[in-house]
Amino acid sequence: MIGFVKKVVRNRLAGLGLVVLFGIILLAILTPLLPLAPPNAIDTPNRFVLPFSDNALLGTDHLGRDLLSRLLWGTQLSLAVGLAAAFIAGFFGALLGIVAGYMGGRTDSLIMRSVDILMAFPYILLALAIVAALGPGLMNALIAVAVVNIPFFARNVRGVAVTLAQADFIQSARLSGRSDISILVFELLPNVASVIIIAFSTTVGWMILETAGLSFLGLGSQPPQADLGSMLGEGRAALITNPHTSIIPGIMIFLIVMGINLLGDGIRDALDPRLAKGRLEKPSPLTRVGDGLIQSPPIDSTASKAVMDVNHLSTNFEVSEVVNKAVRDVSFSISSGECLGLVGESGSGKSVTALSLTRLVASPPGVVVSGSVRISDQELISLPYEGIRAIRGRRVAYIFQDPLTSLHPLHRIGHQLTEAMSTHSRGADSVFVERAKNLLSEVRIPNPERVMDAYPHELSGGMRQRIGIAMALANDPDLIIADEPTTALDVTVQAQILTILNDLRQQRGLSILFISHDLNVMAQICDRVAVMYAGEIVEMGRAPDILEHPKHPYTAALLACSPQIGQGRQSLQPITGMPPTGHEPLNACAFANRCSRVQPVCQQQPVEIIDMDSQLVRCLFPVVES
Amino acid sequence: MLRYIVRRLISMIPVLIGITAIVFLIMSLIPGDPATAILGSYATPENVANLNAKLGLDKPLVQRYFIWLGNLAQGDFGRSFSLNRPVLDEILERFNATLILSGTAYLLCSFLGVLAGIFSASRQYEISDKLITFVVLIGISVPSFFLGMMLIVFFTVQLRWLPASGMFSIYGGGDFVDLIRHLIMPALALSFVATGVIARLSRSTMLEVLRLEYIRTARAKGVKEFRVVTRHAFRSAVVTILPVLGLQAGFVLSGSVYIEIVFQWPGIGRMLVDAILTRDILLVQGGVVFVAFCYVFFNLAVDVLQLWLDPRITRK
Repeated sequence: MIGFVKKVVRNRLAGLGLVVLFGIILLAILTPLLPLAPPNAIDTPNRFVLPFSDNALLGTDHLGRDLLSRLLWGTQLSLAVGLAAAFIAGFFGALLGIVAGYMGGRTDSLIMRSVDILMAFPYILLALAIVAALGPGLMNALIAVAVVNIPFFARNVRGVAVTLAQADFIQSARLSGRSDISILVFELLPNVASVIIIAFSTTVGWMILETAGLSFLGLGSQPPQADLGSMLGEGRAALITNPHTSIIPGIMIFLIVMGINLLGDGIRDALDPRLAKGRLEKPSPLTRVGDGLIQSPPIDSTASKAVMDVNHLSTNFEVSEVVNKAVRDVSFSISSGECLGLVGESGSGKSVTALSLTRLVASPPGVVVSGSVRISDQELISLPYEGIRAIRGRRVAYIFQDPLTSLHPLHRIGHQLTEAMSTHSRGADSVFVERAKNLLSEVRIPNPERVMDAYPHELSGGMRQRIGIAMALANDPDLIIADEPTTALDVTVQAQILTILNDLRQQRGLSILFISHDLNVMAQICDRVAVMYAGEIVEMGRAPDILEHPKHPYTAALLACSPQIGQGRQSLQPITGMPPTGHEPLNACAFANRCSRVQPVCQQQPVEIIDMDSQLVRCLFPVVES
Repeated sequence: MLRYIVRRLISMIPVLIGITAIVFLIMSLIPGDPATAILGSYATPENVANLNAKLGLDKPLVQRYFIWLGNLAQGDFGRSFSLNRPVLDEILERFNATLILSGTAYLLCSFLGVLAGIFSASRQYEISDKLITFVVLIGISVPSFFLGMMLIVFFTVQLRWLPASGMFSIYGGGDFVDLIRHLIMPALALSFVATGVIARLSRSTMLEVLRLEYIRTARAKGVKEFRVVTRHAFRSAVVTILPVLGLQAGFVLSGSVYIEIVFQWPGIGRMLVDAILTRDILLVQGGVVFVAFCYVFFNLAVDVLQLWLDPRITRK
């Protein structure tokens, strides 16, 4: 409980709301004990005394009644009525919701149909109709407001109860022969409690406003008894001459409702992290670059034939004080027409590396802390936004893993393709459309005309990934970064996609950075392979060398646990243990704890990458085949 | 599309009938005898019985409901005894005024709310975002009737800029400019709360969408950030925001009751409150049913718009 309160108050605004609300509630409770003038004592000679007068701190109203006294008594009444309405609505709403969700079938549809009909009214109409029938009065207003809010609770609670009713623990309780009542109270209720509390915190402010509103209209509390709403209603008659009689109760309502809203936000965030929308961070269009960025001196670009040179690139994820080093000091280069594979298990930093190249890592939390990424003569890491934007999609294009989530679901395929072109060059739409159709045929999409008008959800996974490839090709880029382009696809489609990529490479002389966790896929398409582990490159060299004669124990272990087609029966050996987390600096070989060849010295210092027979290896005791 | 609309129209019939049933049921809870209420306490028993027969009140409840329903279907809402004219005439005349006020406020809050939400989300944690968040917090906490009264104190009493009551000036008014001058304050007061709710939702929806993978794709394509926000992120956010906009129509309509009282706007809300205080049952019944029907049809329109905006729904 204390933990929960702490969680709520951690949100400073919620803490403020709590303080304001607590203060007001305390005042309301203490009202009978305070030395106040009687709230209904009429003293017409002293009407409309201004606030801060001697005998009346907040002045008097049109009948000379003390406003401070009326305000506090009115606050007490408004809070009591609002809360009572909220409890009644919450109780009956939750009851209906639980019963509907648990019983299902006809009971459910009968209850929910009625709820739907009640919700088809703008809320005040129903409240007005109820008050019209029962007659004006505070109790009747309370009933009206409570009834109007029952559907909201019923619907929210029912939504959760329906799922819970199918859950295993409820089913087993049913099978064990326990009574429905006992299951409802002891099993279901505790599990929907958080939903009820969230719904309560959302609506209680509204209910206080609504009861105040009905009183304001003269349909709630009847004179001389006053709640905040009727005080406002009475003040309205003297609004022009004596606005203080309206301002005082108005501000009190405002403070109460604001306090509840602030506190309610805090409670929702604390109870349901998924709803903590206020905390969602917007990723900026460029990954932030660390303050003390260390960059290597420029390489002589004429000497290098590389399409892209990456040197000492490091990217962190920084969430408040916690730093996770996702990419550590990665260097590689890709020559023209070459396909470099980046392989490693999940969390090894390969995708973050790929996204860091054009600073697409979501930021916050991503930060590029060091390194340089160069394409021909341009340094991307220090380039301002507009410069990077001109390169993205134009010179460096991406293909992402899951084409269903990476294509815009509400834009037509044709539009997504032509947009890629029109972003970087001017031209007539018809030209772009024509080019888009050609691209679609190039990635072997039958019937490009029809596909242009389709939405992503209308196509198969393989088709969607071809669209992804076509989009990457749109501006004839120097380099394509394919981030696990085949992972989300089944094996036959995988093969088709690989063939398309391979053909395009040959026809267009494309350079590709190909990222995958699948060594078999690597073998089919890559010239060179870099193996990543715990954010570092641990081995890099020609693909056949690496895949057939791995020198790093990790690469060897990785090969030993991936099945190879056509190799007959093999025993697959899993790698035991877990990779290190990125929180600590590496003071040892990152793989040491899982390595079969580990020596004491491996645990004592970080290991440098060394050149061994034109293969780069980060190991003190590399595998040497006899 | 057309088939969907027809299907929805058919499925609305039980809801509409349900609305009339609920309203009728609530109204039949009224204790006492309407005829006595109309004729006053000095009426003779024969007079009361005659009037009851004339109004059909001597028949059983269910029969009375179906008679009323049948009359409704023919556009006969009955006769208001307090105004001594057909209920429908009164409603239509009043509805015009309500539509002008609520419609203006609704357009205002939808436009401003969505705009503020997008702006706020795209500048998260910057000073403009914090300012908007603060104003929005005030918006969702202040009672609209109190805000309306404060507007009157400031703009009418202090500055003498705008008229505080009615739809037109009594002397020499009646033209469009006059209407606008009367409309500004009530429309602002009415839209403020809803603007806050919509802005809040738009902001959080935009923040959610901006994290999605296809936004990263757009950025990877080199699409300009302004376009990423307005075309890519907003296009998806609309689909989430729209149903809430539909519900907000109910809140604006509800709020208009208070605002019509504060600014003495000759709309349906004021008519209903007066009718409740004079216990003019047929007028209350007719007014509630009429507005509820309008709201149901409005939400149907929103659903159709939703269908048009989200092609993923159509094929299901």
